[in-house]
Amino acid sequence: MSDNQPKIELTGVTKSFDDKHVLRGLDLTIAKGESVVIIGGSGTGKSVTLKCILGLLQHDKGTIKVDGQDIKKMSGTERDEHLDKFGMLFQGSALFDSLPVWRNVAFKLLQAHHMPHKEARERAIATLASVGLSPAVGDLYPAELSGGMQKRVALARAIAAKPEIIFFDEPTTGLDPIMADVINELIVKCVHELGATTLSITHDMASARKIADRIAMLHEGRIIWQGPKRDIDHSGNPYVDQFIHGRAEGPIRMQVRRF
Amino acid sequence: MNPLALIGHTFLEFLQATGRLGYFTARATSHCFRRPFYFRQIGKQLLDIGYFSLPVVGLTALFTGMVLALQSHSGFSRFDAESAIPTVVVLSITRELGPVMAGLMVAGRIGAAIAAELGTMRVTEQIDALTTLSTNPYKYLIVPRLIAGTLVLPLLVLVADIIGVFGGFLVCVARLHFNAANYISQSWQYLEHRDVTSGLWKAAAFGFIIALMGCYNGFNSKGGAQGVGTATTNAVVTASILILVSNYLLTGILFAGK
Repeated sequence: MSDNQPKIELTGVTKSFDDKHVLRGLDLTIAKGESVVIIGGSGTGKSVTLKCILGLLQHDKGTIKVDGQDIKKMSGTERDEHLDKFGMLFQGSALFDSLPVWRNVAFKLLQAHHMPHKEARERAIATLASVGLSPAVGDLYPAELSGGMQKRVALARAIAAKPEIIFFDEPTTGLDPIMADVINELIVKCVHELGATTLSITHDMASARKIADRIAMLHEGRIIWQGPKRDIDHSGNPYVDQFIHGRAEGPIRMQVRRF
Repeated sequence: MNPLALIGHTFLEFLQATGRLGYFTARATSHCFRRPFYFRQIGKQLLDIGYFSLPVVGLTALFTGMVLALQSHSGFSRFDAESAIPTVVVLSITRELGPVMAGLMVAGRIGAAIAAELGTMRVTEQIDALTTLSTNPYKYLIVPRLIAGTLVLPLLVLVADIIGVFGGFLVCVARLHFNAANYISQSWQYLEHRDVTSGLWKAAAFGFIIALMGCYNGFNSKGGAQGVGTATTNAVVTASILILVSNYLLTGILFAGK
């Protein structure tokens, strides 16, 4: 792979659910080691974009390339290798409630990398420590944790296998402002330590400003503006201005239905 | 809507649903023969489906055998055929009532539990999380349940057969004053190997159906708590209906020309 090859490249990606056209020709390029945040209203296709890149949803048209490989043309083994590059923090944490915390964090190490039990547990405890959780938390079950702690565990699970690419789906949703900032700080710290490429989606502008190198605005299935985070306040784009200032009045009419 | 269009629409939806189920079954079954195998998960499911269903299956079988003996006595005494009761009880239990009653009870207990668990995992994105953790959800969630269901239901039915026959024995000896030794010898006299094995083959099929319908409905549930509730209901109803339909078909195949 050449150094200037994008890590992730989406070209003309479309995705529809019956007669609802969610993505309508999405173009986005993310360089290796870059942290991109997609902002946009509810129902604009942010989560669908992430799921298409992961292969959880099949896009209809266009190409999605990761490390130059078209994900639609991957064989079974290539797809396994493709997924092995990713870590993901889900909006609702998506922790496995039948497993204790340490097994959640070490899940990929145990099941996919076949790491010995003892070593996987040690790695899980060390990763929990890196997100500010004590070893005792490792033996608790997800239902015994607060929302903020669950987010930390989900972050630990996303980074435990040291992925090359990490996706953050609404990482601060449902958290108080202080805990949201703690999670943002942890994301920045962990991503910096791993040197990973990240793609995040959020409504939370404070979060976007903190974790992004570049911000892209998704509206009606297309990227309508993108640029360095310092430019967001003088983008000159009325859609971006309305969104970042949270105004009800403006060119954006909010979607009511979720895809 | 035009009634003809409504019939056509319903028929097309039925074909779609059948196609989706067929594809899911083929995909899930093919994964049963391909590595990796999650033995820890298979063991857990064997315990959940088998061991923890023993009380409900045992109680059902006991009372089914007892009622069968009572009803047979009430009917057969009209034409002095009480001596046939042990044979009727043992054949009814091993061939039909053991597998069908156990199947229906396990469908209620396990089909619902599987659909609720997988449905909740679906709506809370835990199944998507499995994929992002390089783990195939079919192999990790569905294959262990299918294997455990298929393997463990015959064992449950074997236990149900023994307890059911014992229920009939208990009523006949303790209440209807049959001779215990005669009852046992009558039970054995006309019992053939095939009577028991046919019930066990049926049980394996029912176990597969219960696990499959639980997994299919749970795995494809959508729409939050209501969707999980619907998936759970559908899993139990479809498994129960398929058990009764396949019981008829299997009886036709296993006892063809006999």
